[in-house]
Amino acid sequence: MHPILAQLRRLALYLLAWIPITVLVAYLLAMPHTIRWQEAAIVAAPLCLIYAFFCLSAWYSCRVTPIETSSLPRLVLTHLTTALLAAGLWVLVAKTLVIELSQTSLAPQLDKRFAPEMPLLVGTGVLLYLLSIAFHYVLIAVEASRLAEARMMKASLLARDAELKALKAQVNPHFLFNSLNSISALTSSDAAKAREMCVLLGDFLRRTLGLGEKSAIPLGEEMSLIHAFLAVEKIRFGARIQMQENIAKDALDVQVPPLLLQPLVENAVVHGIANLVEGGWIRLDARCENGDLAIVVENTYDPEAPARRKSGVGLANVRQRLAARYGNRATFGVQTEADHFRVSVTLPAEREGASA
Amino acid sequence: MSQEAERRIRAIVVDDEELARQILREYLSKHREIELIGECANGFEAVKSVAEKKPDLVFLDIQMPKLDGFEVLELIGNEAAVIFVTAYDSYAIRAFEVHAVDYLLKPISKERFEDALGRAKERLSGKIAPSAIEVSELAAAARPPAQYADRIPVRDGTRVFIVPVAKLDYAEAQDDYVALATEGKKHLKQQTIASLEAALDPARFLRIHRSYIVNLERVTKIEPYGKDSHLAVLSNGVQLPVSRAGYSRLKSYLDR
Repeated sequence: MHPILAQLRRLALYLLAWIPITVLVAYLLAMPHTIRWQEAAIVAAPLCLIYAFFCLSAWYSCRVTPIETSSLPRLVLTHLTTALLAAGLWVLVAKTLVIELSQTSLAPQLDKRFAPEMPLLVGTGVLLYLLSIAFHYVLIAVEASRLAEARMMKASLLARDAELKALKAQVNPHFLFNSLNSISALTSSDAAKAREMCVLLGDFLRRTLGLGEKSAIPLGEEMSLIHAFLAVEKIRFGARIQMQENIAKDALDVQVPPLLLQPLVENAVVHGIANLVEGGWIRLDARCENGDLAIVVENTYDPEAPARRKSGVGLANVRQRLAARYGNRATFGVQTEADHFRVSVTLPAEREGASA
Repeated sequence: MSQEAERRIRAIVVDDEELARQILREYLSKHREIELIGECANGFEAVKSVAEKKPDLVFLDIQMPKLDGFEVLELIGNEAAVIFVTAYDSYAIRAFEVHAVDYLLKPISKERFEDALGRAKERLSGKIAPSAIEVSELAAAARPPAQYADRIPVRDGTRVFIVPVAKLDYAEAQDDYVALATEGKKHLKQQTIASLEAALDPARFLRIHRSYIVNLERVTKIEPYGKDSHLAVLSNGVQLPVSRAGYSRLKSYLDR
């Protein structure tokens, strides 16, 4: 739909702008003094009203020849042709109108006196149409920028939403309940250990809470959060958890979204280790390559374990956060291979102080 | 053994976390009338232990390696009263649907534990115990909504087999049991064919006869057999009877 025809208010404004043009056309027609003022006005008013609508057609030709991508010859050719066509058609209408008017008492023999004005009318028609083309290009540009702005607003809202949801979902309450149950068990058998676990749990929770407002933290900080988490889980699962870490030195100061990797490690515990009678291992690799940070979280799991609820929600969450934040500059992949489960993430290696 | 000792309630505790077992052990130690006869760290051990030691009461974690708590209950039926112990409150309705005595949330409070134990004693002394088949049926049916079984746990004495649904060729009703045919073997399970049918994905399994459910992927052809009836031939050569109603169901499936 044409943007001006789409709203009555816009159409009214547009037609209002044609009033001075109508006056100008009437003035031009009356200039040679062979035509009277009233006659010029009677001809100019309907002609300009009709041409106002003719000129709206420029929108379509502007749309098919975008100014940014079309070549200059093509632009000139397209618009000159349409302008000549429109002006020619307009003059034809003018001629019919004038012949009709000359039959009436309003403007006797107007056709004879009007004939010399025809070239002027063609020129005016072409000029007005070209103006309309310019006007439509501006209109299209304004519409496009408004659309782009709206889209960007929506995208950033979505991204923020995803982040918020992600952060809210982070600290798994069941982790808390199970840990509290372990502490409760330890209070009578090993009070010192119970106290240690309280401190570790407190440490982990404090770190997670503090991260809520930050948009990025160094990988090293995320790693110490993971260590706090695993320290608690190790008391629960004992020797069943084995952790291997290979973090490259230059990866430690890369900025990552907070709580991006912790859910992956938690996933490895809940869906991997917790289902293995003898326990298993979790391996975490991180290194920088080609300006990217490549992270792999791998763990053993039991492919025949009973299905747990909500499996995969944590992974989907991480994937969404990466997509919202980095778009296609980040990758996320999941592979299962016999009894190994592997999540691979790459994201742009941004460092504090360096340009993003 | 004295008379009193014989009257003690025999209990086992099933949880994969040592500390979780420890707290139940501690709470139970205050009760002289209860004898803790075993601890298990996973579902397989639990089924084995119930079969061998015949406990009266089982404290059962839900999320465990090998078999989850509901699968354990499905296999042990009413052989013991069950108290679920879990950190997840979302299973509570399912737990009571399968006639669990109680549902304890971690961290477990002493008061709630005592309540649960009281209920268990009532259950064990009374006549309100549900029948074995009923509990198995309910446990099999109490899966999360809109989700079909992807595996069927089967028990043979003290051993447990997991039959992945994809490997099930067909199931045959035999009185109170169903025989699950998979990879050339048959496993007997105490369950009605109707409740098994309800647990299986209808897009993959079809009741072709009063006594048969077939894995549609295995059906290679259907042959007429006598008057009004048919035979379904499976890829491994097995022939199954198809009833008239079963035939029309099978046809409408194949015509799709």
